Amino acid sequence: MKKLIILCCAAGLLFSSCNKQLDLEPRQTISDEVVFTNDANIKKALTGAYDALSSGYLLGGEFLLYSELQAADGEISWVGTYNQPREIFNKTILTNNSYVRDTWTEAYSTINICNNIIAAIDKVNEDDRDRVMGEALFIRGITYFNLITFYAKPYSHGNTTEAESGVPLVLTPTTGINEESYVSRNTVEEVYAKIIEDLSTAESLLPDENDVFATNIAAAGFLSRAYLQMEKYPEALTAVNTAFDDADGSKSLNSNYADAFNNESMTKEDIFIIAVNSQDGANDMHLFWSTGADGARDGDVEINQKHLNLYEAGDERLDLFYTGAGAVRSGKWKQRYKNLSIMRLAELYLTRAECNFRLASAEGATVLSDVSTVRSRVGLTTIAGDIDLSFILKERKLELAHEGQAIQDAKRLKKTIDAFPFNDNKLVFPIPLREMNANPNLKQNPGYGG
Amino acid sequence: MRKWFKLAMLTGMAICILLQVSVAQTKLIKGKISDAKDGSPIAGATIKSDKSDVATVTNTDGTFEFKALPAATKLIITYVGYKTVELPITSDFSNIQLEEGSSQSLSEVVVVGFGSRIRKDLTGNIAKVRGEEIKNVPVPNFTQAIQGRAAGVFVESESGRVGGGIKLRIRGSGSITATNEPLYVIDGIPMNTSTVGGNTTADINFNDVESFEILKDASAAAIYGSRAANGVVLITTKKGKAGRTKLDVNLQHGFNKPTHLRGFLNAAEYVEFFTEAATNDAKYYWNRNNAAAIADGFVSEQDVIDYNVGVVEGRFNRYSGYNDNWKTLSTNTNWEKLAFNDKANTTTADVTASGGTDKTKFYFSGSYTDQDGILIGNTFQRISGRLNVDHEVSKLFKFGANLSVARTKGRRVAADNAFTTPMQIVALAPITPVRDENGELNDRPITTYYNPLLDFEGTKNIATGFRNLSNIYGQLSFTRNFSFRSELGLDIFNQERNAYYGTKTYTGGGTTGGYGISEWLRTVNLNTNNYFNYHNTFSDRHDLDVVLGTSFQKVTTDDAYVEGEGFPVDDLNKLASAGQITGGSSTQTNYSFVSYFSRINYKFNDKYILNLSGRIDGSSRFGKDSRYGFFPAISAGWIISNESFLSGSDFLSFLKLRASYGFTGTADGIGDFPQLGLWTASKYNLLSGLVPSQLPNPELKWEQSKQTDIGLDFGFLNNRITGELDYYIRKTSNLLYNVPVPGTSGFTTQYQNVGSMENKGVELVLNANIIDGRDFKWSAGGNISWNQNKITRLDGDTDTLPGNDGRYLNSLIVGQPIGIFYGPKYAGVDPDNGDALYYLADGKTTTNDYNDAGNFVVGNPNPKFFYGFNTNVSFKGIELLVLFQGVYGNKIMNGAGGFMSANGDWFDNQTKDQLRRWQNPGDITDVPQARLAWLGNPSNGIAASSRYIEDGSYLRLKTLTLSYNLPASIMKAAKLRSARIFVSGQNLFTFTNYSGWDPEVNSDYRSGNRNQGGDFYSAPQIKTISFGINLGL
Repeated sequence: MKKLIILCCAAGLLFSSCNKQLDLEPRQTISDEVVFTNDANIKKALTGAYDALSSGYLLGGEFLLYSELQAADGEISWVGTYNQPREIFNKTILTNNSYVRDTWTEAYSTINICNNIIAAIDKVNEDDRDRVMGEALFIRGITYFNLITFYAKPYSHGNTTEAESGVPLVLTPTTGINEESYVSRNTVEEVYAKIIEDLSTAESLLPDENDVFATNIAAAGFLSRAYLQMEKYPEALTAVNTAFDDADGSKSLNSNYADAFNNESMTKEDIFIIAVNSQDGANDMHLFWSTGADGARDGDVEINQKHLNLYEAGDERLDLFYTGAGAVRSGKWKQRYKNLSIMRLAELYLTRAECNFRLASAEGATVLSDVSTVRSRVGLTTIAGDIDLSFILKERKLELAHEGQAIQDAKRLKKTIDAFPFNDNKLVFPIPLREMNANPNLKQNPGYGG
Repeated sequence: MRKWFKLAMLTGMAICILLQVSVAQTKLIKGKISDAKDGSPIAGATIKSDKSDVATVTNTDGTFEFKALPAATKLIITYVGYKTVELPITSDFSNIQLEEGSSQSLSEVVVVGFGSRIRKDLTGNIAKVRGEEIKNVPVPNFTQAIQGRAAGVFVESESGRVGGGIKLRIRGSGSITATNEPLYVIDGIPMNTSTVGGNTTADINFNDVESFEILKDASAAAIYGSRAANGVVLITTKKGKAGRTKLDVNLQHGFNKPTHLRGFLNAAEYVEFFTEAATNDAKYYWNRNNAAAIADGFVSEQDVIDYNVGVVEGRFNRYSGYNDNWKTLSTNTNWEKLAFNDKANTTTADVTASGGTDKTKFYFSGSYTDQDGILIGNTFQRISGRLNVDHEVSKLFKFGANLSVARTKGRRVAADNAFTTPMQIVALAPITPVRDENGELNDRPITTYYNPLLDFEGTKNIATGFRNLSNIYGQLSFTRNFSFRSELGLDIFNQERNAYYGTKTYTGGGTTGGYGISEWLRTVNLNTNNYFNYHNTFSDRHDLDVVLGTSFQKVTTDDAYVEGEGFPVDDLNKLASAGQITGGSSTQTNYSFVSYFSRINYKFNDKYILNLSGRIDGSSRFGKDSRYGFFPAISAGWIISNESFLSGSDFLSFLKLRASYGFTGTADGIGDFPQLGLWTASKYNLLSGLVPSQLPNPELKWEQSKQTDIGLDFGFLNNRITGELDYYIRKTSNLLYNVPVPGTSGFTTQYQNVGSMENKGVELVLNANIIDGRDFKWSAGGNISWNQNKITRLDGDTDTLPGNDGRYLNSLIVGQPIGIFYGPKYAGVDPDNGDALYYLADGKTTTNDYNDAGNFVVGNPNPKFFYGFNTNVSFKGIELLVLFQGVYGNKIMNGAGGFMSANGDWFDNQTKDQLRRWQNPGDITDVPQARLAWLGNPSNGIAASSRYIEDGSYLRLKTLTLSYNLPASIMKAAKLRSARIFVSGQNLFTFTNYSGWDPEVNSDYRSGNRNQGGDFYSAPQIKTISFGINLGL
C-alpha cells in the first residue's frame, strides 16, 4: 500500500509540473500586443512595411509589369506561359486572375502595416518621429496611388465623384474582424485627395537623405505623378520643383544611360528604388523580362520592332536592347539580384518640361534646358525642329520605356491602346473574385459581370 | 483501493482451496500442442476442462500435463489468434494441431486503447487488419497496403510517385482546416505526424506489424480524446513466442510499370493542329476584332492568316532545332514515355528471428527494401531493424522494450506544378528531338518549355531520414487483477535533404552557376503513459474492467537550412564549394498535451456489456481560457445469441447489437499557435523587420465531433459466415476554419470556430469460410462503405465559399460535401462558330463569355461509396489470394486541362482527344475550335469549368498472389520449417472511364481537405509484378 501511495504522489507531482508544459511560446513570431509597445519594434515594423512594398506583386515587379503589358500596343509581347499576365496583356482578365488577387491583398497588407505605425507614432522617439511618420505616409500614399491606377477608371475619365468608383480607403489598423472590416469603395476623388494629403505630409516630414528609404524628394516626385494623373499641371510643376529644391543639387543623371540600371546600390540618379540582393527582395521585372541565361524565366516579354523603330539614329538608349533566347530584350532588367529603379531623376526633368510647356512657363528651368539635359546624356545633341508637346511626350516615353509608367501616361493622355479607348472597361482590373466573395459590400468594376 | 485488495485476496484464497480439493481425485492427461501450419510447438496455449475453470498452459516445447476432474467429459484448448479446439477427454492428445483463426474470428483478440478485448465483447467499432494479410505487398507504406481491406477506411495515394503523400480517411472528412488524418499510435505511443508531413508512416516496416486496429467510432476512440475525431490507428508490433527460435527469410524482386499512359499528339497531328489553330486565331481576329486588326496594320483576312501561320511555322522551326525538319516529320518524339523509368525494379529482403522462454521473449528483424519509382529520378529505400523484448522478473513485475530504427532514403522529384517535374515533359512538342547533333539534351528555346530530362541528369535531390521509434514499459501486477503500467516512448525523426541543381538545370542554370541546398529537420516526440488496470469477475457473471491513467506528450521540431550558388564544377556539389552562400535559416516550434483518461467496462452474464470512457486533454495550442477539453463516450452491447431464446439456433450462431455515442476532438493541422495575433520577421535591404502574419482570435477553441454508431455483429452456420453492419452519424462542430476576410483588412484569412459538418454512412463487412476441407479451402470476404459528407454551417453569414482559382473549382458550400466543384458549367461547343459555351446563371441560356457564366455545382470529388473484396483459395500447397478494391461516384478535375487539353490555346502538346475539335459549321462536338492565343483573342473554353471534370470511379485488381508451399517431405530433407515461393501482382488491372493517367489521384502541390480530386501532371499509380520466396528455419 505504501508503495502505491508513493507512486500516486509521484504521479501527482508529474502531472502538476506537466501543466506548466502547456505554456509554450512561439519562436519565430511575436504577439501583436508586444509589437507596438516600443520605439525599436515600431521601426522594425517600418522595415517590414518596405519589405511588404517590395513584394513581387507590388513594386518588386508586377505594378511595373502590369503597366507595360496593358499599354503594350504592339511594341512588346507577352509570350510567357503564365496565363495571368497573358490575360492582362490581352485585356481579357478573368475575375479569378490570381495576380490581380494577390496584388490587391498584398497592397492592403502593406497599407495595414503603415496604418499600425501611424496609429502608434506616439511611441516612437521624438527625434525620429517625423521621419517614421513620413515614411509610413509615403508608403501608404504610393500604394494607394498604384491601386487606384489599376483597379479604377483613370482620373482623366472624369466622373471622379461617382460613388464607389475608387478603391476602399482603409486608414486605421486592423485588430480584429468586425463590421467595420466590410468596407465599401470610396470615390476616385476621395482616394486621390488622400494620396495628395499623405504624400504632401510625408514631403514635409521626411529628410532629404535617408539611405534607400523614402526622402522628401521621392515624396514630392510621387506627388508630381499624382498631379499629372489629375491633369493638374500647375500643382505638378510645384511638386516637381519642390523635389528639385529638396534635392538641392544632390541628384544628377549618371553619365551613361546604361548605368541607371542593374545596380546594387542607389545611384545619384535614383529618386526611389526597391532594394534587391541575393538575400532578400524580389525583382519580378528581371524574372519575366530577362532570360534563362541570366537566371530568369524564358524571356516572357519580348520587345517588338514597332518599339525599336521609334528611336532616332544615334540614340544610345537603343544600345541597351539585346538579343537573348531568340528575341529582343530590354537591358534594363537583364541582371539578377539588382535594384528596381522606381523613380529616376530623368522623369522629374521631363515632368517639369511637360508642365512648363503646357503652362508656357519656365519655373525651375526652361523646357529646352530640361529636355536637352535628358537627351544629351544619350548622345542626342541636336533637336530637329521645334520642341512641341508630342516631342516632350515621346522623349518621356523613350526615356522611361519599360519602367512601369506606360499605362499611366497612356491613360492621362487619353491614348487608344490596342484599339481600346483609354477609359475602356477592359483597361481596368476587376475587383478580385475572392474579395467580392469575402466582402459583399464591394461593387465590381463595369465589364466584369455583376 | 483497500476493498479491492481484500476482494483479490479472497478470490486468490478460494482458488487455492479449490485446487487442493481437486488434486485428490483427478485424472492426469499428458499431451503436446503444435501449430498446424508448420508443426512448431505452441507454448502458452490454455487447456481446461468443461467442468472447471482450473487451467494449465503448455510449456515451451508444447507439452502439457492436465489434471482433470472425473466429471470432465472434454478438454478445451485455446490459444490467442488460433481456432479453439474441443475434444472428448478420452482422445489422444499426443499431437494436437491448432489452426490460425481467420481475421474476423469472433474469438480473436483486438487491441483497444490501453488494453485488449475479445472481438465478441466489443461495443465499439474496430476494424482489424492482421500484419499477415499484407505481408509481401510491394509498397513502401502500410497505408497503401491496407487499402480496400477495412470498411470505412478510405485510402488514396496522391500519385504514383514513391515517397508521395497518402490520404487516409476514416468515416469521411470531419474538418475543413484541421487535419483529417487519423492518430497513429504505435505500441502505445502516438506518432508525430503533424510536423513531419508527407509520408511519415513509410518509416515503418510493416512486416514487423502483428496487427493494425482501426478505431472508428467515438466509443473506441474517445480514450484518445482531442486527437481522435478522425479515428485512431493502433499499430502493434510482433512479439516473440516461447519455444524454439524461428528464423524466417523473405526475398522478393519485382518490376514496376505505370498503370496507364494518356496519349498525346504525334508530330504530324501536332503540325496540322497548330497550323489550324493559328489560322483560326487569325480569322477570328479579322472578323470579330476588326478594329484592332486594322490598327495593327493588317489589310485582309489572308494577311492576318499569313502573318499568324508564319509565326507558328517560325515556332515549328525553333522547336525542330532551328531547321524545317518538321516539314518532313523526321522527328516524332513520344515525350510522355520519357517521363518514365522503363527499368524500374523493386527489391525486398528481410530476416526475422523470434522465440524465447517462459520468462523472456524476443522478436528481432532486419529489413531492406529498395523501390524504383516509375518516374525517372524517383526512388525509395528503407533499411530498418527492430528488437522487441519482454521479460518477466516475477509474478509481480515485468518489463520490456520495443526498439526500432529505420533509415529511409529517397530521391525526390519536384512537385506536380513545377516545370522541372518529369510529367510536365508531356507539354513538349513531338517535333522536337530529345538531343541535338552533339548528343546534348535540347533545352529552351528549342524545347517549348524547360526539358525535365535536364533535371533528371543534372539534379540530385536526396532526402535521408532516420527514425527511432522506441518505447520501454514496466508493469507491476499487485494482484492477478490489479496492475500498474508505465510506458515511456521516444519518437525521434531526423531528416536531411541535400539537393544540388547543376549548371544546366532550370534551378541552377545560367548565371546561378549551380544551386545547392542542405536542409535538416529533427522532431523529438516524447510521450509517457501511466495507468492502472483492474479486471475481475464476480459471481461468475459480473465482469469488470477499469483503466485509469494519465499521459503527457511534448513534440519539439527544429529545422535549419543553408543554400548557396556558383559552384566551380557540377561534381563539387557540397555547399563548401559554393561561390556564394545565398540564404540560411533555422526555426523551432513545439506543442504539448497533458491528458487524463479512464475507461470502465462492465459485462453481465456474457450478454450485456456497458462501456464508459473519457479523456481530459489540455493543449498548448489553445488559449488559456479554452485550454482543456473533456471527451466522454458511452457504449453498450447485447449479445442476443447468448439469450436462451436464441441459443438453440443452428442457423444463427452469433448475434450482437451494439450502440455507442461520444465526443472526440481535433487539434492537429492548424499550426502550433493558431490563437495568437502574430508578427513575424522579414527582411529588407539586409535589415530585419516585422510584418503581421496572423490575426488574433482569443476565443479559439477545440473542434468537437459527436458520433453515434449502431451496429450489428452476426455469425451464421457455426460462424462460417460472419459479418458486421454499422450505421453512424458523426457531427463536427466549432470547425476551425481559416475564414476568408476582406483583403482590405490587410489579412486574407482568420482562424475561427465557425462551421459544422456531418458525415453519415453505412458499413457492411461479410466474411465466409465457404469450403474448409483438409486439402481444399476457399474463403471470401468483402466490405463496402457508404459515406455522405455534408457541410452544415460555414461562418453563419456565408453559405458559399467559392474556390474557383483559375484551375480548380473546389468550394465550400453549406448543404454540399466538402470540396465540391462549384463554378461555370460548360455547355459544349456552338455548332455555328466553334466557340466554347457556358451556361448563364439561369441554367438555360448560353454565353461564350466566361466572365458572364453562372456558377453551379458541377461535381463531387468525394466518392459515394468504396469497397474491397477478396478471396482466398488453396489446394494442398497452392494458394491463390485475390483482392479487388474500388471507388464509386467521385469526380476528378484536370487542372492542367487548360494547358494539355486546351484545343491549341498555346504550344503545349495536346491530348489525343483534342482531335475532336470543332472544324466546320454544323459540327457537333465537345472540343471547341482550335484557336491559338497569339493575337489576343479571348481564350476559347480553357478556363476552369466543368469541361475538365470527369467521373473518377474505378475498380482495381489490387493484389493477386499465387503461392506454393513446398511439401513437408522436401522440407524435412532440406531441414527447413517452411518454404514458399510466390508470384504477386499489384494494381494489375484498373477498370475506369477516367481518361487521365490514373483515377486514384490528387495532385501533391495542392492536396488538402478541400482540395480533392485534382489532377495536374500527376504520375499514374505503379503496377508491380514481383517474385519471391519465404523460407522458415
